[in-house]
Amino acid sequence: MGEDLIAALSTPPGEGGIGIIRTSGSGVIERISQIFSPAKSGRLADKNGFTLTLGWITDKDGSKIDKVLIGIMRGPHSYTGEDVVEINCHGGSMPVRRCLQRCLDLGLRLAEPGEFTKRAFLNGRLDLSQAEAVIDVIRAKTDRGLHLAMQQLEGKSQFIEEIEDGLLHVNAMVDASLDFPEEVGDLDYDETRTNLVVILNRLDKLLAAGRRNEVFRDGVEVVICGKPNVGKSSLLNALLRQEKAIVTDTPGTTRDVVEDYINIRGIPVKIMDTAGIRVTEDFVEKMGVQKSREVMEKADLLIFMLDIAEGIDQEDMDIYNLVDPERVIVLVNKDDLEKKRISPLQLERLFAGVKVIRASIINEVGLEELEQAIEEKALSGAVPSDGLDIMVNLRQKDALERSREQVWHACQTMQQVPLDCFAIDIWGALETLGEINGKSLKEDVINRIFHEFCIGK
Amino acid sequence: MNLIFEAGKYEIIVIGAGHAGCEAALAAARMGCPTLLVTMSVENIALMPCNPSVGGPAKAQLVREIDALGGEMGVNIDKSSIQMRMINTGKGPAVQALRAQADKHEYGREMIKTILGQPGLDLLMAEVVDIEAEEERVKAVVTRTGARYKCRAIVLTTGTYLKGRIIAGEVIFDGGPGNQFPSVRLSDSLRGMGIKLGRFKTGTPPRIDRKTIDFSRMEEQPGDDKPWRFSFISPPPQRQQLSCWLTHSTSETHRIVMENIERAPMFTGVIEGIGTRYCPSFEDKVVRFSHKPSHQLFVEPEGRDTDEMYVQGLNTSLPEDVQIRVLRSIPGLEHVHMIRTGYAIEYDYVIPTQARPTLENKVIAGLFTAGQINGTSGYEEAAAQGLIAGINAALTVQDRAPFMLKRSEAYIGVMIDDLVTKQGNEPYRVLTSRAEYRLLLRQDNADLRLTEMGRAIGLVDDYRWGIFKEKKTLLEKGTHYLQSTTFTSADKEMDCYLASIASAPLRDRTSLWELLRRPEIRVKDLIDCGWFNAEDENVISQIQIQCKYEGYIKKQRDQVLRFEKLESKQIPEDFDYGRVYSLSNEASQKLKEIRPLSIGHASRIAGVTPSDINILLIYMQKRRK
Repeated sequence: MGEDLIAALSTPPGEGGIGIIRTSGSGVIERISQIFSPAKSGRLADKNGFTLTLGWITDKDGSKIDKVLIGIMRGPHSYTGEDVVEINCHGGSMPVRRCLQRCLDLGLRLAEPGEFTKRAFLNGRLDLSQAEAVIDVIRAKTDRGLHLAMQQLEGKSQFIEEIEDGLLHVNAMVDASLDFPEEVGDLDYDETRTNLVVILNRLDKLLAAGRRNEVFRDGVEVVICGKPNVGKSSLLNALLRQEKAIVTDTPGTTRDVVEDYINIRGIPVKIMDTAGIRVTEDFVEKMGVQKSREVMEKADLLIFMLDIAEGIDQEDMDIYNLVDPERVIVLVNKDDLEKKRISPLQLERLFAGVKVIRASIINEVGLEELEQAIEEKALSGAVPSDGLDIMVNLRQKDALERSREQVWHACQTMQQVPLDCFAIDIWGALETLGEINGKSLKEDVINRIFHEFCIGK
Repeated sequence: MNLIFEAGKYEIIVIGAGHAGCEAALAAARMGCPTLLVTMSVENIALMPCNPSVGGPAKAQLVREIDALGGEMGVNIDKSSIQMRMINTGKGPAVQALRAQADKHEYGREMIKTILGQPGLDLLMAEVVDIEAEEERVKAVVTRTGARYKCRAIVLTTGTYLKGRIIAGEVIFDGGPGNQFPSVRLSDSLRGMGIKLGRFKTGTPPRIDRKTIDFSRMEEQPGDDKPWRFSFISPPPQRQQLSCWLTHSTSETHRIVMENIERAPMFTGVIEGIGTRYCPSFEDKVVRFSHKPSHQLFVEPEGRDTDEMYVQGLNTSLPEDVQIRVLRSIPGLEHVHMIRTGYAIEYDYVIPTQARPTLENKVIAGLFTAGQINGTSGYEEAAAQGLIAGINAALTVQDRAPFMLKRSEAYIGVMIDDLVTKQGNEPYRVLTSRAEYRLLLRQDNADLRLTEMGRAIGLVDDYRWGIFKEKKTLLEKGTHYLQSTTFTSADKEMDCYLASIASAPLRDRTSLWELLRRPEIRVKDLIDCGWFNAEDENVISQIQIQCKYEGYIKKQRDQVLRFEKLESKQIPEDFDYGRVYSLSNEASQKLKEIRPLSIGHASRIAGVTPSDINILLIYMQKRRK
């Protein structure tokens, strides 16, 4: 499978100890051996899988480009399930780039992002859930996100299995009563109801944990807004702890949205600074203002900044009125200045029920409090996860929600519809759950029946 | 070997005249193929060697399906039943199931009459000892007396007779059910053709003498007071019904079993064959469910003109003296006389994954197997397979397309798909829980599901076709009328009626069909009030079910649509799994062996994982390009 050969740099670009080029595809070993000159005798193409060979990558004219160590894995015993060659070059960017170029000269093409994993999935080396988890691992932006993605990789199945087990039990009880009416008798509805409630709770917890942990994978978008010169860029910079946004004393010089990623307590935060929102004749700035408004509407969280020395005027409140109080943190900057024109009473009156932080960005005062507030806000609405450290991707979430809906419907209609109809929802919930790990469950139900009942005439 | 002589030539030969053989032979002959039915004993045609009943959950659906396709079982049990009961009435339409107690002797006699009266079907009493094949295609059968009959297809329905071995305690002898001769040489002949055989075990309870039972200590179980019947074409029953009786085992019974457990063949290791979980021996139940102080036992008549009674629930291979003591510890049986001893029987069966979904063997063309020889249990399961094997044998001979039912179309489809796909390790019994879409596979709509298919095959005669067409027309007209006749709150009569039964008044324009969805309103009520007209009871109940369960039926239909996406992705018969390197070894081996017809079919094979299925899908997609 996978007729075409792919290659990619699989270590980060730039200076490093070594740089690894990974290639995959049927026949790739033979192909790479064309540009490889081994240090000892013997052809690369004749080597066994899981061996390392020392030698040189050679240029078109036969000259040596770099001394490398080549690892061979033969399909299907490799990550992708195909033949894989890994070239360990010296880490400077030149040798790596030239070796990669040589691979491309041989007719290999650059791999698309995630293509090695995709091939692993297509070749049956990973099942869908695992493949999805790998993608999450690759994309993880923070340690916490990586930790959660790894959890998924190593089998969240145990949580699903608990739910599945509960449903199998209910299904077996129902089916036993239908198939063996004389031996088993009627369904114990009280017990069944109790079981279903437990299942519903488990599903809810799983979904809640998923929602909470989504934050760690997908992150949140935080927008800094406020009048010009309240210190938005300074805040952004303080958070980034690097110079990126342009810092100036002339109002309105941050014309566009400036953004970057930061890691706040494991949550990937995309943080954006807006151009000052104010009425202006300047066309360029007008564009910036329009864009800022769009960004503010989209944001998960807003930091609304005030300047304690300037007081609160109509322009401040016009901006504040654009934001949703549920999603806002008010940051009163320049708290270090003597001249204070904003009183605590005023803050309490204008921003009742809103998180207000007094800070001095240039002195790095209040940043800790701000990060904590961002974390709280980002995770608010997400129920505590009860130690369920798992990631639930969209497809799995969809299946869990559909499964839950059917369990819920079963609870609602129990004893109002005949048992065979009730069974349709239970079976539906099980079948939907099976989509997550692709299990076929029919045989399990039957085994359950015989395990739990004395049946037979 | 004695001298072999040429005895004749048929298109199809059916070996064995149990429930599978009878259906196969009748179907083939009715489809116009000259057919020979060979049995070791004419007296034992359609014998019920175990329980005297037909139907029950899932099995009733099978019987109705057989009937709708033009098979014989439904008609035959209607002629010979002594009691009919509808089981699971409170649990919904999908699982309601008719069960008949049969007069065993009458059942057999009626079937013999039908067979002998069937044009194009010859009956022969002989033991087939050899099946001859040439270039992996069947050619002829040879009997013990040296007669060779040439044929183009064979349906093998030998039940539990293949190398049968009977066990009751320490007493062991070779034999078939009911103390018949076992069929020994045929088993070797099959092995010689490269067919893989397995060994299963089943059992039967003792039979007791009615005259020695004290019925006053048991609970009477009379038949329903309704004119039930299995067949869609049978006339209403006329005869008086007989009762069954319910009693139970006691702590004394269990003590006797435990005291003698070391003499039970199940525990001494004498029995090697694997038994069923749903039909365990009584000693098995006592040991495995030791916390249960008592087990139900049903005492059932074996017929109108016999005093033999069957003890349902007491199937056992304990020694005869223990069986007598066990019986006499049961309320009502204190002074019972045992007529026949219970026994276990071990037999060879053909591992059914060697068959195609048409029940034709994958290696030997023209060789079909059906019934207990395929590792199933139950008369109904056997008959259904017999019918499908007979139909497909005739279709191959006639060069017509094979006939297969889907899992979403019939229990027959569920059963055969399970048989040819899964390697079961116990005799297979049909259960409603094996069906994914049981609300669609009801006993009440078997005719609507299958009669047209039966007609296309050529098994549904004009009489049945007429009855079906009439019912279908009435059903369509009635449904249309109910859906198109509407009322508003302005209709005084309707308003009054709804008020009188405490049903909510109408708000919008509402059809009778919508009204019928209300739990408190039945079709009968609409008829009584003069808003609807229907006489046929079957039509009335069909409309009622289709309306009341419309939502759930739709849910199941949606499930079927999702399911059939994979079913419709066909895998070519000559697909080379060896070329798909990334399949797991286990999957590759299983797929080569079973040769599934579609991706959906493949996904049901044990050992084939979801990622194997992905690989197949991708591989096939690539191949198409």
